[in-house]
Amino acid sequence: MILLTVGTQLPFDRFVEIVDRHAPRLPDRIFAQIGRGSYVPANMDWKPFIGPIEFEERIRTCSLIISHAGIGTIVMAQKHAKPMILFPRRAALDEHRNDHQLATVQALGDRQGIRTAMTEDELVAQMAGPHSLPVLGPDLPGRDRLRRTVSDLVRDVLQAPGSGQ
Amino acid sequence: MRARRERSKSALLAVSSGGGHWEELILLRPALLEFDPVFATTDPELSKRDGLERFHVLPDANRDGAWRALKCLLASVNLVVRLRPRVLVTTGALPGLFCLIAARAIGARTIWIDSIANSDQPSLSGRCARPFAHEWFTQWPHLAGDGRRFDGALL
Repeated sequence: MILLTVGTQLPFDRFVEIVDRHAPRLPDRIFAQIGRGSYVPANMDWKPFIGPIEFEERIRTCSLIISHAGIGTIVMAQKHAKPMILFPRRAALDEHRNDHQLATVQALGDRQGIRTAMTEDELVAQMAGPHSLPVLGPDLPGRDRLRRTVSDLVRDVLQAPGSGQ
Repeated sequence: MRARRERSKSALLAVSSGGGHWEELILLRPALLEFDPVFATTDPELSKRDGLERFHVLPDANRDGAWRALKCLLASVNLVVRLRPRVLVTTGALPGLFCLIAARAIGARTIWIDSIANSDQPSLSGRCARPFAHEWFTQWPHLAGDGRRFDGALL
């Protein structure tokens, strides 16, 4: 199963429609989480929303993720080592309040496991593959660094002299 | 008196809205566990998914809905006043901002971590949080400065 997701905040009909049109030519069936849009998919199984437990289960069992450029899906894809294609929302097309999803793909789009599509042609080409597989590993020194910094800040307050409960 | 302490109370309150903000807070969780944190977010199912026992639900809100935002503000203030945390950590967005301001008002130490999604400029809620946050982290080195600190990134 291929998972298409637009996140929980806003619909993304342009994206859903492109994927739906090309769905019959893909090797796997698509399950689409499409939000409260007005476009009704003809070639995919779909629901407007799914809860976070079902969402993670669908991520865990899917072969490919096709997604808006939302951080939640990117984190989940990395956690479960799934290849993903990101298609950013555009503020000019009224698809989000600003263009931070463009910034997201510019910043994260070259990570292992992530491919980016900016146009319909690019999206169709990316869906045909080959896909980029993420490499898993504890190799995130930046994450450890931020965790350590925050830990130290909290400890400074909670273990300060005279702060015993 | 740990055993008699109310189950939902903690010196550390960790807050975010659902979706990506919450995934970032969960990535940060290992840094918080030793302090026995209480979590708050907008989707009750997340406590089950992530196995959290000490957990509160806040009404969901974003800046497009004034009424929901007001409900979220009141619930956030109520939560913070009830729990009286000594440290507040949040990854945003609006519920995190409300809790952070309330926590600052009751004298807690406040830590804002701007979402990694904001790679071109600080988020709007983050900019609002800046004057109330003791520590304000960006996850992008090029956005550091002017009261914004870079010290690694979660993703």
